[in-house]
Amino acid sequence: MLHLYLIPLIFALIGLAFYTVLGGADFGAGFWELTAGKGPQAQAVREHAHAAMAPVWEANHVWLIFVLTVVWTAYPTVFGSIASTLSIPLFIAAVGIIFRGVAYALRAGAAGPRELSAIDTVFSISSVLTPFALGTAVGGIASGRVPVGNAAGSQFSSWLNPTSLLVGVLAVTTAAYLAAVFLCADATKLGDQGLEEQFRRRALGAGIVAGVIAVAGLGVIAGDADRIFHRLTSGAGLAGLVISLVAGVATLALVWRRQYELSRYGAAVAVAAIIAGWALAQSPLFLPGLTIEAAAAPRPTLIAVTVAVLGGAVILFPSLALLFRLVLSGRLAEGGESVDLRPTPRLVRVSRQGFLARAALACLIAGIGLLTAAEAAWAHALGVVSLFGFVAFGFPAALPPHIVPQANDAKRH
Amino acid sequence: MAPQRSAAAAMTPDQNYLLEARQMQALSFSVHIPLVCFGIAFPTLLLFVEWLYLRSGDPLYRTLARRWTNVMVALFAAGVVTGTILSFEMGLLWPAFTATFGSVFGLGFAVEGFSFFLEAIFIGIYVYGWNRLSPRLHFATGIPIALAGFTGSLMVISVNGWMNHPSGFRLSHGKVVDVHPFKALFENAYFWHELIHMYVAGYIVTGFLLAGAYAVLRLRGRWGRYEQTALAIPLTIAALAAPVQVLVGDWNGREVARYQPTKLAALEGLPRTTTGAPIHVLGWYSDGRVEYGIGVPKLLSVLAYHRVNAKVQGLDAVPARDRPPVNVVRFAFQTMVGIGTLLALLALVYLAVRIRKRRLPRSTWFYRALALAGPLSVVALISGWVTTEVGRQPWVVYRVMRTSQAVTGARGIPVGYGTLVLVYVLLIAAVAWILWRLARKPLELEPSLSAAEVD
Repeated sequence: MLHLYLIPLIFALIGLAFYTVLGGADFGAGFWELTAGKGPQAQAVREHAHAAMAPVWEANHVWLIFVLTVVWTAYPTVFGSIASTLSIPLFIAAVGIIFRGVAYALRAGAAGPRELSAIDTVFSISSVLTPFALGTAVGGIASGRVPVGNAAGSQFSSWLNPTSLLVGVLAVTTAAYLAAVFLCADATKLGDQGLEEQFRRRALGAGIVAGVIAVAGLGVIAGDADRIFHRLTSGAGLAGLVISLVAGVATLALVWRRQYELSRYGAAVAVAAIIAGWALAQSPLFLPGLTIEAAAAPRPTLIAVTVAVLGGAVILFPSLALLFRLVLSGRLAEGGESVDLRPTPRLVRVSRQGFLARAALACLIAGIGLLTAAEAAWAHALGVVSLFGFVAFGFPAALPPHIVPQANDAKRH
Repeated sequence: MAPQRSAAAAMTPDQNYLLEARQMQALSFSVHIPLVCFGIAFPTLLLFVEWLYLRSGDPLYRTLARRWTNVMVALFAAGVVTGTILSFEMGLLWPAFTATFGSVFGLGFAVEGFSFFLEAIFIGIYVYGWNRLSPRLHFATGIPIALAGFTGSLMVISVNGWMNHPSGFRLSHGKVVDVHPFKALFENAYFWHELIHMYVAGYIVTGFLLAGAYAVLRLRGRWGRYEQTALAIPLTIAALAAPVQVLVGDWNGREVARYQPTKLAALEGLPRTTTGAPIHVLGWYSDGRVEYGIGVPKLLSVLAYHRVNAKVQGLDAVPARDRPPVNVVRFAFQTMVGIGTLLALLALVYLAVRIRKRRLPRSTWFYRALALAGPLSVVALISGWVTTEVGRQPWVVYRVMRTSQAVTGARGIPVGYGTLVLVYVLLIAAVAWILWRLARKPLELEPSLSAAEVD
């Protein structure tokens, strides 16, 4: 039975799955930059990893914000409890996120290999640190170490415990695997066989390591977190676990057979299944002693969040699809400059700056009257619109004449 | 609204680091908010330049737009991560605030998340689409970035408006009931003036900072058509926005007088409820009066209520424990108003020269002032936010929840604070370095253009 109080949680979990797959690939790219070693071949690996992620990293990152905002709106007590008890790993993740973003910004201005390698080192270390820290936080929640209340749990053992460390390591290796698969596909698009082979080996290696850690990790959880272990190994939780394992093995086989496109979807299924399995295993509890139903915000908020997310999704998914279509088809990559770039200049109309200036002045006078002299709210609203009109008309009117292209300018080119 | 209601007593910890937490929040905010200005105004300016290129085919505009794109990428990346810190801090520093009221205000951030998505997606396409998408399609992919700059601020400021003028819920035993999030955020009388004030500030800060950078080049003798264009476009928008901000600011003052009289009393340092209240310029508030200030009789009544003898509520209307720190608020307010006035005067100089002589100013002093105007506008921006945020103290949710009730009970906040200071120093240094590097990249102009001297 799908209750209203579950819907925002499902949205948040979908967001988490997207963040793990897309954001994970982004973190993993940093992992491969860290382990690339030295020399020209390593530099090629780094360049490829960076170039593939640069157009998409910001969009991938927003999934994390989405998860946070949905949780604090729909399950505020849970958010307050998690963030205060797990403040240390979350702070570490936040610092890692800052360094990653700064590294992206800096790379554009780097000159010479020394600067580049310094920036890449910062980027890679934070790319490993951030998913690890976030993973330990997830482990703390899953193993029931976050009680309800303001910093009510232990500041250290809530994330420095076997389950947390396991999830942290698993997050890093999964990210590495996802990135390698993504970069294989990307290298194939660019027709670079050498790079493809490099990342194929990395994907197979990381995939096997992630699988081994996941299976061995069950033993860790068994010894550390009773409730989640029992519920992951029975019923719906078990179904999620099995689907995830099967999808994981299948995706490795696909990488082996160089079917990268399909293997990406397989990896996404594996991630989504384990997240769903975790959620089902943990339900109906969100935190120890707090059910999802009890944690949920009042009904009008749940409705508002649901409406807002569904409405947002209508705009979001076509935009995301556009971005990824352009990226995956290689149209945003280096060397994709194929379009005829000359615009077709049209004669710019003879300057009408005098008319615009008079319109701007009229707007300004109206704005002062409505916003400053008048008292009513509707007058203020009109006043603001008038003042915006003043700026909009005034801007073309006030630009010095030689700044705006004139008709004879257009003819010259 | 009953003034003494208290929320979330259950989540109030025994000991906490209120001051450190407030400073961490203020630091994170001060680093982020100038970047927000670029998020608001830069895409619009960039699109205008690109549009000039599409209309004229003049490669100068294309070079300018591409160089500005590189600046936008760097600033946006810094804005993304510093904004993320702010959302983490909602939980890391103020868990009791979010735990109690997340269901009321959280929706604003959830919707803002989508705005952020659009911004991030289309920035990716726009930045990497230069030369790879057709010129018109490329221009079109910039439009959502400019729109998201507005909707993003709208959502975030709707939450700030709610914190200043809370509605759309009731409290019962420390829990919110009767919650109406849409009503709380968007039917709120208090947030429109804040939004407009910030939106206009975005254009002022971006405009003066950009123009100031080219003013420095002019002072160093680089003054071709490229530099003149790059200076005139942001300067013109800032010169129009700065006088408008004076009017908008005055409107903000009247709204504050109506909804937050205690904040208004702190702005002036008005100890007692007074008819025909004066304004003191400069000076220091001490023991219930402003010392060494230049008094202007009755001006506060006129500005706040448009009547010479209007009664203005003083600080004595609320008990001492419910008053904000007067001197901090007063000093921040006077800084904002002072700088805002200077910027408006500078704008009028520019507009006067433009109207009477139909060209850019030639005085070296004008360009020196312009170089200074950018950093000063940032100071004014931060002072404005200090005015409204510290002016709301001691409340996080005005007259509903005290900031001291909202703060985290986690230990180690001072360690986090120290780390954050270090990280932000590195961040600011990194951003400064990248901007310097981008500015030093040689211009790739066609020879006929770089030589063109117009003025």
